[in-house]
Amino acid sequence: MGEVLILVLRSRRFIIGAVLFLAVLTFGVIGPRVADRDPFQMAGGLFDPPSDKAILGTDNLGRDVFVQLMYGTGTSLLIGCVAGVVATTIGVTVGTIAGFKGGFIDELLMGVTNILITIPSIVVLILLSVAIKSRSAVVMGVIIGVTSWPWTARAVRAQTSSLKIREHVDLARISGYTTAELIVKEILPYMLSYIFMAFILQFSGGITNEATLSMLGLGPFQTISLGVMLHWALLWEAVRTGAWWAFVPPVLFLAVTSFSLMLINAGMDEVFNPRLRKS
Amino acid sequence: MLKSKFTRYVFQKLGWYLLAFLIAVSLNFILPRLIPGNPVNVMINQLAVGGVQSDALARIYENYMREFGLDQPMHIQFISYFRNLFRGDLGTSFMLYPGKVSDLIKEALPWTIALQIPTILVGWILGNILGAVCAYKGGRFDAVVFTSALAVSNVPYYCLAIILLYGLAVHNPIFPVGGGYSFGNFPDLSFSFFLDALHHYTLPFLSMIVVAIGGQAIGMREMALYELTTDYVHYSKAMGLRDKKVVGYVFRNAMLPQITGLAISFGTMMGGALVTESVFSYPGIGSLLFTAIRQTDYPLIQGCTLIITIAVLLANFLVDIAYGFIDPRIRAAQLGER
Repeated sequence: MGEVLILVLRSRRFIIGAVLFLAVLTFGVIGPRVADRDPFQMAGGLFDPPSDKAILGTDNLGRDVFVQLMYGTGTSLLIGCVAGVVATTIGVTVGTIAGFKGGFIDELLMGVTNILITIPSIVVLILLSVAIKSRSAVVMGVIIGVTSWPWTARAVRAQTSSLKIREHVDLARISGYTTAELIVKEILPYMLSYIFMAFILQFSGGITNEATLSMLGLGPFQTISLGVMLHWALLWEAVRTGAWWAFVPPVLFLAVTSFSLMLINAGMDEVFNPRLRKS
Repeated sequence: MLKSKFTRYVFQKLGWYLLAFLIAVSLNFILPRLIPGNPVNVMINQLAVGGVQSDALARIYENYMREFGLDQPMHIQFISYFRNLFRGDLGTSFMLYPGKVSDLIKEALPWTIALQIPTILVGWILGNILGAVCAYKGGRFDAVVFTSALAVSNVPYYCLAIILLYGLAVHNPIFPVGGGYSFGNFPDLSFSFFLDALHHYTLPFLSMIVVAIGGQAIGMREMALYELTTDYVHYSKAMGLRDKKVVGYVFRNAMLPQITGLAISFGTMMGGALVTESVFSYPGIGSLLFTAIRQTDYPLIQGCTLIITIAVLLANFLVDIAYGFIDPRIRAAQLGER
């Protein structure tokens, strides 16, 4: 693991991405604990501009935008992380089983995967969110996760089927390993970096999907996320009345978060796929 | 011989897409019916709060119970749902009662198509060229363009849309603040209406195309970088072929997988594009869906999700067929001949 870290730290993209991401993470996790206000508490009037009382002004209900931004960032990261874990877990499970088993099971699992890829996930997300009335942040993360795993499954399957013909796998097989043991001990360790990169992509996608759903009005219930902030800003015409402090901060945080995750992913890609490095 | 193989490929694809369609429609049928209570009660309760008279309320309630068929067993509901679907009957809208869902969608769909298809196609073409140039040039040009492509491509469309709307319509009123055309102007085929619509079209188009170019460029760059390391490139270079010729080969080979990228973007762009429409109050499906969700208008929500599904599946199917037509290797692989 130490070796991997040293390798990865050689990529400038990775370092910049990691620093940006840690900054956002600190803001969203530590912020709410040191905030002196409740995000739902009134701190002023309708769309008060930034002032000493509220650094980033107030929103449509007179609530402190800066405090909301801290809570919202935290929630968005939580939803993205839950979605990432769920999607990666399902994707890796389906992908390794399909790739390792081959034959009928492979065809069945990949058939399901390919069908789910063709059905636009936003449609399933909308329908699921409509059906589940009280959505907490975690539930939302799970909903997003269960609709976005197919890409990971497809990629992991391809990796698995190229790994399983290696000699060390054969050796383990004749030593009497069960299929589960073979997958966990002889296949997974060889694509850890790959799985981590898939997780990063799913994490980033989860944050984006949360924002999309929330902006359509299907956000987490009684919770503030970056998407929910934007939804309010849109509904209350913050953009057209020029209350930039209500929408620029969440837009910026969404952009910086996904950019930082993309940089981390691209940096790792450079390190682990030497072919992409151009001399 | 070749012709029959291609037909088989088309039919096989068609089968898969029909299956996907069937599953999507079933989800569309089942999920709203899982709402605690039932969808009709949830909708009607809103009206009751609004103080609508009770006999009118009872009539509306009756109508929706009949439309959803909630008093019948599930499989009968399912069959009648399908039957109505094929008749083009998507039910009655709740917020614009008694307006038909299919009429509302018919009005909104041309706007969405006019916005989406040019954006995706132009974004795809420009993105691919940019990606190929990046891979070939390398160095500083590549570093700058690739990093900015990474930055824009993963920002949701609507983020850029909101910033553009504020910067170029509110703060500096160069473009209108929203809608598909000016108030008092009615859709017709006159030149002045066209200009007006184009004026309203610019910002939504710009905010989506920048992101689309970025996304495609990243994919193309990766493919082209990979192609540049292959044996045939080394060989052609060793043979002394001119750079231009080699780049032509690389471009053509890297281009093929990018056709799949085109298919993917139809599906993945959808969510962001819908929200972008509602940011600009553009009169398409996205804005319709936005209001439908706000008003808990279940028939209209279902209608929108259905039409989105059909559009994406159809686009994917056409791209798949085109792909199979262009690249014989794909056809062979799909039919299990290799």
